[in-house]
Amino acid sequence: MRHDHLITSKQLSRADIETVLDRAAEIDADPEAVADRHANALLGLLFFEPSTRTKMSFETAMKRLGGDVVDMGSVESSSVKKGETLADTVRVIEGYTDALVLRHPKQGAAAMASEFVDVPLLNAGDGAGHHPTQTLLDLYTIQENAGLDDLTIGIMGDLKYGRTVHSLAYALTNFETRQHFISPESLQLPREVVYDLHQQGEDTQIREHETLEPVLSSLDVLYVTRIQRERFPDEDEYQKVAGEYQIDIETLEAASDELTVMHPLPRVDEIAPEIDDTDYAAYFEQAHNAVPVRMALLDLFLRDHGTGTGAATATDDAANGDGGEADE
Amino acid sequence: MVTEVRPMSDDHDHHDDNAAHELRVSKIQDGTVIDHVRGGQALNVLAILGIDGTNGEEVSVGMNVPSNRFARKDIVKVEGRELSQDEVDVLSLIAPDATINIVRDYEVVEKHRVERPEYVEGVLSCPNADCITTGDEPVTSRFEVLPGGVRCAYCETIVREEIAALIDTA
Repeated sequence: MRHDHLITSKQLSRADIETVLDRAAEIDADPEAVADRHANALLGLLFFEPSTRTKMSFETAMKRLGGDVVDMGSVESSSVKKGETLADTVRVIEGYTDALVLRHPKQGAAAMASEFVDVPLLNAGDGAGHHPTQTLLDLYTIQENAGLDDLTIGIMGDLKYGRTVHSLAYALTNFETRQHFISPESLQLPREVVYDLHQQGEDTQIREHETLEPVLSSLDVLYVTRIQRERFPDEDEYQKVAGEYQIDIETLEAASDELTVMHPLPRVDEIAPEIDDTDYAAYFEQAHNAVPVRMALLDLFLRDHGTGTGAATATDDAANGDGGEADE
Repeated sequence: MVTEVRPMSDDHDHHDDNAAHELRVSKIQDGTVIDHVRGGQALNVLAILGIDGTNGEEVSVGMNVPSNRFARKDIVKVEGRELSQDEVDVLSLIAPDATINIVRDYEVVEKHRVERPEYVEGVLSCPNADCITTGDEPVTSRFEVLPGGVRCAYCETIVREEIAALIDTA
């Protein structure tokens, strides 16, 4: 694909995913090789919702490519507070920058914003919609720990509102996977997502469960997400439900020794800290993978748009998976 | 694609229904007759076509008139305006069985069925309060038309029932 915008993981083919993951692996192995690739390039950060990991890892990634960032700052201190539309905001900031990263509370915000700009726009979360860059770092982590084909994955927690879950589930349909979705009934996958999963994945098996126990022993990966208090009418009901979707060492006694436990973070109490030091835990590695994966994404998108060294050959390099070292 | 059939009389249920119906919904000289609309949907047909009378169109509406095909049907006649296939295809959302008769000099010269379009733009409002199209953004609503429903092209919400309630009347 030409790297115009990244809005949803649904737009990613298997080849697209492999191109990004291969490039991330090359960068991970030799980050110095790309240290000046995008010197003088500027990335615009537009976060209309709080973010720690996503924002900081994009900033780190851009700086490690030799570029820099300009940050809109908080909504409270921006012209959004004066009633400016998102369409106007992105059209202004694109004039200052070479690419944009957008997080917004409204679903479809990135899709709409991308219609107003020519620079690459990367969706860093649109309400309960999509979070495709998180998905790519999740896939990178799964590939490193369990492999992406012949994979049995359990995705547990808030599947209704969890955009990381929706994006990951879509992307996994490009691979031969068995996906088990474990949640309370009130937080099951939206029907839209189930519809798409059935539409997209011929080789994907999808099952929904209310408890982890029946599938735990079959899992290669357990992807845990946070169940948020605000999704429940009262504290008692939250405590009752959330408690059933927390894991500790005792829970994992029934799991395979090879199980990989992931979490997009932040966690609250859904994964007991005692798991952190076991071989199961991959969630901090997952968070660290955000940097090489987002470096790879920025490299691909910026080069397709003619910034950085060796821009003209970027697409061919990406397609061939050779990483474009000849252009260093 | 436009499916044309032989010209026929304006009110082609004329032979089946009794003459009193012609009194209720008179023939038009030139324009469009939208026939075989499901009973009770005529006003939604006008709404979805953006016809509200403010532009001076001469519009006749028959509601719940007896029909051979349905127990009751609605019929809408718009004088002086020939609706294009693109304009009427949007009716497939609420009146999938509708037939469109183009009338010139009191004769039906073209007859089409509505066909399901791939997308409809600017016609429906997304029911998802968290959709970016529900705010003040300068964006036209766009829905993918699925078998048995519609889907917002922005937030991807699927609506399968009561699509008429989404018609943007603003």
